[in-house]
Amino acid sequence: MEITHTKTQMGTSRSPVGISPIDPLQWVKKYADYLYTYAITRINDEEQARDLVQETFLAALEKIKTFEGRSSESTWLTAILKNKIVDIYRKKSSGLLKKSDVSDAEQEQKDFFDPDDGHWNEDFRPKEIGVEEDLLVNDEFSIILQKCMEKLPVLWSAVFAMKHMDDDATENICEVLKITPANFWVIIHRAKLNLRACLQKNWI
Amino acid sequence: MNSIKGIIYNCRHATFLIEKKQIKKLTFTENIKLRIHLTGCSVCRIFQKQSILINRMAKRLIGDSENKDRKLDEQFKRHLQDKIENELGKNL
Repeated sequence: MEITHTKTQMGTSRSPVGISPIDPLQWVKKYADYLYTYAITRINDEEQARDLVQETFLAALEKIKTFEGRSSESTWLTAILKNKIVDIYRKKSSGLLKKSDVSDAEQEQKDFFDPDDGHWNEDFRPKEIGVEEDLLVNDEFSIILQKCMEKLPVLWSAVFAMKHMDDDATENICEVLKITPANFWVIIHRAKLNLRACLQKNWI
Repeated sequence: MNSIKGIIYNCRHATFLIEKKQIKKLTFTENIKLRIHLTGCSVCRIFQKQSILINRMAKRLIGDSENKDRKLDEQFKRHLQDKIENELGKNL
């Protein structure tokens, strides 16, 4: 039987065996909360996260013909959303904004080490803050971590999230965020120094 | 600055290697340097422990929130549903 994917079938059509079906009428019910959560854990802005969910659905509708069923519907939608998030990272971390928030953060950690020998300065030395296994499941501690992540320069938190939350390949992160590998390592290091210091300051 | 001596006393560089190590295999020399540093530096040992903790927490954050769900309100969902139906309607 010849299966034709005409526009009139959209929304109710079932694709051939072995290929994931696609059903936009179920999207909101099945994926809206998931996509919203995905967005908000990466950009920390409710309003923007809502907009992104909407944009994702609309973009998906436009691209519906190119959906080949190789991935599941949810993977496909998540990939569209992820591209949009990366666009935001890129926009936010370019231009004027970038310069001021990065230099503030750099200023903050200038005091961490002695400029001559690279030793920890007394006031900024890491101290024991508790038993790791307990902290890991402590909700309050996790909220502080999220707040500390929000305080990072956008580019730094983008690099941190893509690497440590999404496990993206380093080359891929450099490419989409337009940074050099050397820059990547500097950011990974600096983001962690600031995050850790922020946790210690706000937890103890 | 002699490189071995440099790292043995340099906490800034040691913390850099600690971060790198969690993402990528260190070179032989980097590994040796870091190990020597950590043997003698209890502060960087604490840093390392906490750095690993932060990475584990970041992973958990995603897992957690994706399970728990932060929910969109019903009104916005209805709005989304309308939009989708509208768009589909245009193509009919």
